[in-house]
Amino acid sequence: MDTRRHFLKGVVAGGAAITAAAVAPPVCARETYSRPAEALGLLYDATLCIGCKACVAACKEANNNPPEFSTGDHVWDTPLDTSAYTFNIIKMYRNGTMQTKDAEVNGFAFMKTSCMHCADPSCVSACPVSAMTKDPATGIVAYDPGACVGCRYCVVACPFGIPKYQYDSPTGKIGKCELCRHRYADGHYSACAEVCPTGATLYGRSADLLLEAKRRIALKPGSVTRYPRGKIGGPDQSYEGPVGNYLQHVYGENEFGGTQVLKLSAVTFAKVGMPDLPPKSSAATSETLQHSLYGGLVMPVVVLGALSFIAKRNVHDEDDESDTGKDKGEK
Amino acid sequence: MTTHQHAAHTPVGGSLVNAATLVCGVLIAIMAAILLVRFIFGLGTVANINDGYSWGIWVVVDVMIGSALACGGFSVALLVYIFNKGEYHPLVRPALLASLFGYTLAGAGIFVDLGRWWNFWHIFWPGYANPSSVMFEVAVCVTAYVLVMWIEFSPVFLEKLGKRDVKRKLNKWLFFFIALGVLLPMMHQSSLGTMLVVMGGQVNPLWQTPAVPLIYLLTAIVIGYGVVLFESCVAAASYRRTIEMRLLNPMSKIMLGVLAVYLVVRFGDLLIRGALGEAFHPGWVAISFWVENIAFVAPFFLIGSAQARRNPANLFLAGIAIMIGGILLRLNGFLIGYGHFTGSGWTYFPSLAEIMVTVGIFAIEVLGYIIITRRFPVLPRENAQVAS
Repeated sequence: MDTRRHFLKGVVAGGAAITAAAVAPPVCARETYSRPAEALGLLYDATLCIGCKACVAACKEANNNPPEFSTGDHVWDTPLDTSAYTFNIIKMYRNGTMQTKDAEVNGFAFMKTSCMHCADPSCVSACPVSAMTKDPATGIVAYDPGACVGCRYCVVACPFGIPKYQYDSPTGKIGKCELCRHRYADGHYSACAEVCPTGATLYGRSADLLLEAKRRIALKPGSVTRYPRGKIGGPDQSYEGPVGNYLQHVYGENEFGGTQVLKLSAVTFAKVGMPDLPPKSSAATSETLQHSLYGGLVMPVVVLGALSFIAKRNVHDEDDESDTGKDKGEK
Repeated sequence: MTTHQHAAHTPVGGSLVNAATLVCGVLIAIMAAILLVRFIFGLGTVANINDGYSWGIWVVVDVMIGSALACGGFSVALLVYIFNKGEYHPLVRPALLASLFGYTLAGAGIFVDLGRWWNFWHIFWPGYANPSSVMFEVAVCVTAYVLVMWIEFSPVFLEKLGKRDVKRKLNKWLFFFIALGVLLPMMHQSSLGTMLVVMGGQVNPLWQTPAVPLIYLLTAIVIGYGVVLFESCVAAASYRRTIEMRLLNPMSKIMLGVLAVYLVVRFGDLLIRGALGEAFHPGWVAISFWVENIAFVAPFFLIGSAQARRNPANLFLAGIAIMIGGILLRLNGFLIGYGHFTGSGWTYFPSLAEIMVTVGIFAIEVLGYIIITRRFPVLPRENAQVAS
């Protein structure tokens, strides 16, 4: 017994010494990821949006989603928010008399709600089974129902409230925008951008879209400029139009380390449903904590070694007592 | 008959058919019926969860709170085997039994809520498993802990079955499983708190902090002792046994010590982050914060003095106060203080069916505890004969 105890003592002491040296920097900081160089995305310009919702209808068709009814007649697809069956919706901001478009007071404005394809998505970090993944090249945040366990941590984690679940099905899936990645093989791109008549939703590389967004907010409100439509860098479908009264803020440039879908607006973003987000992602904070505690299982193994050593001593004493106690009791 | 031989355990005996077991049986049957509907028609047919509050009580109460309330075994093992307080040994088995049931059901309860439960094994499968996910860590640790607890508890069954030699062999390695049984809850109880971190600004700053793993770990330990106080009193009352004041009294003092550490960490964190202002915004969230923390402070008034600790009623109330504090800490983080910053207009309150499933799961726990304590050697031997 004694030799074994000494042996164990040696093992634990040695192991602790080695690992203590290895763990010396206890915090494994996980930086916020940034957009991949060839990241794809959308630019939504609220000042160009006329609220026709062609994008909502095209999205439904492209993703084979059923209509959702919010009126009694059950004739029109009238979703009130994104859902597991509606990946894209145009919402309306209203204030006072609603006289002027893109005015915060006594005005109205539109805002598109769909997946932002974050550079550092919370849903991907949260998902325990890699059903939510971020493509290393395109940066598209994709969902694989074949992998999904339906825990809905992604639904709870997303700061934009984007992944949504089919509660009405015994085999419910998550539904969200995947930037129409299933249509690329046929030469198509995001259906919402393809059909947008004013170029309010524009598809392309996020880097190009960011340049375009910055070009627009640098222009003098009321002046005239050319607006591309459909796909940036695609066939020229551009037209001339007046410059809106932009906020000097490209939403998604820095939020959570940046998003691949970018937005321009004349009305404060918080008022049109876009949350104020810090440049550091929650995924980075969460994984820094997680990796500091469990990285390489170093801490758990050291603690287990120490606990085993202590328990070994203390349990042994108990066993003797328990055996004698038991014998007395049961015989 | 030994009077002070503390390691002797014996079955309580008596009938398994009584009012308590019958009520449990009915509640379990109701749960089964509701679950049948849930598995045939989907979560939404019986639960009020929605895309704004996708995690309802089946996650937060059944799994998170259920496992926290099952920390008695962990907390007592920590005391007995790590801090070498052998005198508390009689508390180990009953506490471990409650933990065993609590955790097994918390683990099984996940299947009630998992929308695509047949893929569950993906969590453990290389290629699917995502080690960066906090939930991955929780799932692996909870599963491992349930297995470890069954091994820790197996001497009870081996005794009953008379397998002395198997028990002796197991005893040689029991120290390792006991060490694992202390480590694993430390890991996943802290991670249950870390699960909030990725939710970012959706969680009220009163509960969203990088210190959340420590906060959840410390409360899990304190809740463990609180539950032991509660359960010992209930078991003593319902089996008409004497309350083990000799053990509960000093243990409750240790509990107060850990609780004091917790409160320093909790309020220190709130002050350092400057988040305490949120506690003064009028509304339910602030009220719930104060109820949570008053419940955690209450034990100092209930059992703060040596004299007060001699009164079993005070120990019982202190145990309940701790449980309320621990339950609210988790409810507040994941439900009451969640979602208010996105202002999207979603609301959630559990449906009756949802509540009955949660009640049914707790009924399984109570029923299992009754059956095992009456038939297996779990509770410390009593001098006075038990009324049956």
